[in-house]
Amino acid sequence: MSADSRSAALVPLRAARQGSAAVVRRRSPAFWALLAFTLAVCAFLIVPVAMSMLAGVTVNYFIGWRSGLTLDWVIKVWTDYRHTVFLSLRIAAACLACTLLLGVPAAYVLARSRSALARAIEELLVMPVAVPGLATALALIVTFGGVGDLRRSWLFILIGHVLFTLPFMVRSVLAVLASIDLRTLEEGARSLGASFAQRFFGIVLPNCRSGIVAGSLMVVTLSIGEFNMTLLLHTPLTPTLPVGLADAYASLRIEVGSAYTLIFFVLIVPLLIALQWASQPRDRNATS
Amino acid sequence: MSGIPITLLGCAKTFDDGTRALRPVDLRIAAGETIVLLGPSGCGKTTTLRLIAGLEAPDAGGRVLFGDTDVTAVPIERRNVGMVFQSYALFPNLTVAGNIEYGLKVRGLAAAARTARVREMLAMMRIEPLAQRRVDQLSGGQRQRVALARALAPRPRVLLLDEPLTALDARLRDDLRLEIDRLLRSLAITSVYVTHDQAEAMALGDRIAVMSHGAIAQIGAPQEIYFAPADPFVADFIGTMNRVRGEVVDGRLRFGGGWLPLAAAGAGELMFRPEAVRLVDPAQAHFSGQVISSFFLGDHTRLVIDAGGDAPIVARVHERRAFRNFDTVHCAVDAGALLALPAAGARTG
Repeated sequence: MSADSRSAALVPLRAARQGSAAVVRRRSPAFWALLAFTLAVCAFLIVPVAMSMLAGVTVNYFIGWRSGLTLDWVIKVWTDYRHTVFLSLRIAAACLACTLLLGVPAAYVLARSRSALARAIEELLVMPVAVPGLATALALIVTFGGVGDLRRSWLFILIGHVLFTLPFMVRSVLAVLASIDLRTLEEGARSLGASFAQRFFGIVLPNCRSGIVAGSLMVVTLSIGEFNMTLLLHTPLTPTLPVGLADAYASLRIEVGSAYTLIFFVLIVPLLIALQWASQPRDRNATS
Repeated sequence: MSGIPITLLGCAKTFDDGTRALRPVDLRIAAGETIVLLGPSGCGKTTTLRLIAGLEAPDAGGRVLFGDTDVTAVPIERRNVGMVFQSYALFPNLTVAGNIEYGLKVRGLAAAARTARVREMLAMMRIEPLAQRRVDQLSGGQRQRVALARALAPRPRVLLLDEPLTALDARLRDDLRLEIDRLLRSLAITSVYVTHDQAEAMALGDRIAVMSHGAIAQIGAPQEIYFAPADPFVADFIGTMNRVRGEVVDGRLRFGGGWLPLAAAGAGELMFRPEAVRLVDPAQAHFSGQVISSFFLGDHTRLVIDAGGDAPIVARVHERRAFRNFDTVHCAVDAGALLALPAAGARTG
């Protein structure tokens, strides 16, 4: 530092340049403080998750990992709760099918329409995120609770999940449709003689594929992890994975609950990674 | 590939919000003819094109005929027209070859016939090396070539081009304009070309329809439009036009810097093109003025002259000398090049 200030007195311009280079090279205290803070935040987020996953394969959590590692807890969870995993997967798949069949055409209509009503609906699509899941669930029970055997069926949960996830599908597809000149593309296809079905399946759908993929992954992950609403909608015969998880946490050994978490992560993390990958801009390897 | 005649009868267009885009228009386009719809934005040229295409329906009473067939109620899908858009409108999910093939595919052509036709179109537009490229890997000029190939592949009866060169930069525009000219001449297909660029219109049109405020102001060969504009709007829109207002005295029009020989009796305003101005000796001069600015452009010099009138006079001269500002120049204009037109605004409203 003293050498720098000496030369600064002699050749101010050059010294200023060296001075700024020195800051980059030597790293200021602020840099280290920031790094430490970032690492602390990361640890804050990751350590509990890692601890929980570790607890799931530890023989006795209160003794710690020195008690040895085991897969017994995972096997126990799989034996007692695997029906919740399968139910969650089934609901997620059905939910995806419903949101594709309802959401993609809805997004297409919204993208095509220039009316103020369509713009208002687009704005309203954020609402389900703001309304607590419990409130939505209660509304569903009040409305559909008395309809036949619906209350006891897993389809009742499905209705709630579709209601909750549909806006995510619509918004995802709509965003892609808004970024391409849909109207002119369709006019081009029409001028070439394409019927509505030909241009919808041949031009519209392929060109919003990235939005459909991103929306689908979003819907599946949200459905698998949904707890707030499902807690009220499920029956003892239709517990989903997160509901079973809550049950295990509340009534069983902490190692069992942790093993359950581990299974949940194994299921959801690949989906989250796929979600990240699919939502990248689609022309990332395009050259021009 | 031969064209068919197109006839528009009383075609007006009012949009849902009440905007009158087009007043009732009659237009007859001969088979194989290239007609250019020229005008500023909002003049109704694109609406006219979309009526011909079948993307818009005319107001009640209007009729569109292809040959002897009334196609007013036929949607664009079944009109068999080729269309080229300013934004290209190529399908991003298909390759270049896939785009060209699309119109053949939806018509249910056999695979072998499709492949042959695609190869033919690629050769015609000289884009064979691009066949397997994705659309987003192409330059603007290449995209418009693909768009032309795609529009022509199904052998349409009519080719409709909506400002196809507007999105391109100047050099590419010139190249592609030549290409389109060659194409339209060799195919002899009936084509309608929309543009706001008068140079494009002059170069490509067998006839030009100059449009203004939802009506055709004048229709005719490029020479007719240029040398005998029907009204001041057309005169101003095509090329540069000098306007001189003055007083009629002894069969001449007197104004600030001198006089002009009078073509028609009684007109208080005359117009002439910059190339009608000749620099002459003071003795033969009709008027004199001072050079305000001069631009040497190689083959000619463009002079802006203050001759005491309301507006400066633009002259296009071929003298080899250099001009300086405030030089005094003496000018003459041939009586045959002078135009007297009804006052501006008489037709437009």
